[in-house]
Amino acid sequence: MTTLAVLPTPSIPAIGAPDGRPILAASDLHKRFGTTEALRGIDFAIARGEIVAVMGASGSGKSTLLHCLAGILRPDHGTVTFDGGRIDNLDEGRRSRLRRSAFGFVFQFGQLVPELSALENVSLPLLLDGVRRGDAEDRAAAWFPRLGLDGLEGRRPGDMSGGQAQRVAVARALVTDPAVIFADEPTGSLDSLAGEQVMELLTGAASDAGVSVVIVTHEPRVAAYAHREVVVRDGRASGPGAA
Amino acid sequence: MSVPHALLGLLRQQPRHGYDLKRLVDRYFAPDHPVAFAQVYATLSRLEGKGRVRMEAVEQAEGPERRRYAITPDGIDELDRWLVQPLDPEPHLQAALFTKVVLVILAGRDVTPIVDAERHAHLERMRELTAVRRTAAMPIALLADYALFHLEADLRWLDLTVARVDELRRTVLAPLETA
Repeated sequence: MTTLAVLPTPSIPAIGAPDGRPILAASDLHKRFGTTEALRGIDFAIARGEIVAVMGASGSGKSTLLHCLAGILRPDHGTVTFDGGRIDNLDEGRRSRLRRSAFGFVFQFGQLVPELSALENVSLPLLLDGVRRGDAEDRAAAWFPRLGLDGLEGRRPGDMSGGQAQRVAVARALVTDPAVIFADEPTGSLDSLAGEQVMELLTGAASDAGVSVVIVTHEPRVAAYAHREVVVRDGRASGPGAA
Repeated sequence: MSVPHALLGLLRQQPRHGYDLKRLVDRYFAPDHPVAFAQVYATLSRLEGKGRVRMEAVEQAEGPERRRYAITPDGIDELDRWLVQPLDPEPHLQAALFTKVVLVILAGRDVTPIVDAERHAHLERMRELTAVRRTAAMPIALLADYALFHLEADLRWLDLTVARVDELRRTVLAPLETA
């Protein structure tokens, strides 16, 4: 039986090709927590529409890199630029507004508000950004069929499977038409099939919308959905994909 | 691939001609390496010699004669035995990677760039397979999944090796009598 089969190379690209223009870049980032140096001069760039997997062992600094790129953390040293402007030196209020308007987030779990329905959860970023409830829910509802969530609009997170809840999280990340989605171990709590569905939908929808995606993962099958991988080791970028 | 068992499995469904068997083997089991007609007929001949298949009919319409084969009770027994007996694991690639890592350490070189290059090559192949799976018919998609999981296992082993490289270096470089 064929094991490591030399299957034919597909004639179509796995995902939409990025256009090469950088949307987000970091230069010489350093970040220290107490005596631990999490980032030690790391560089990173992602093009518009590009999907990049950030890989590395636990404690390598990959999640710290994501948090600095997304403006959740401020680096101790170095710069982060988004769409040509520096964001690392913005105050917390401006970074928070930027995160709501330009970035989307998908985490491993615990990201949905349990008291709200799926539709309300997806609408939430729009409501926080001042969109009227009716408009917000209309825009949110449009994502449900695209992510295989038809009929689940009224269901609360506790009444959904892990895969369904994660697809709701993907919808919530996409509903604001962000430029960049940050996904931290997006399939970490899912079985193989549900994880595959989430990755297909996340990368497919992002690709259709021209959204860049930074995926932090230790799973090679998840990293295989990205155009390239960056390996973080001891707070520095490593490997051919980092070039 | 075990061509004899693939043929027995297809014949267990129903009697078939050699041409149909070749087509089905290619479709289900060997999309990347189609089997030769000669291999199919030679295998059928050997199976017939062992009493595991029998030629049921020879038909001749407009083209060349077509032989229809059927599985025998001995063939069913052999197929069932093979299906329930675990296969020997096939650690070929992992063994090659292990050899490479040890040789790099013996040469006094840094393992990291070697491992990074192997990871990159693995991920490139996994991207291709992921794209194959997205568009292929289910049997091919399953085959792509099979390859993806094996490649992932290699990468997990590589990551573990990197994590233990100092320990590995001490063991590999220790004098033979204490190793």
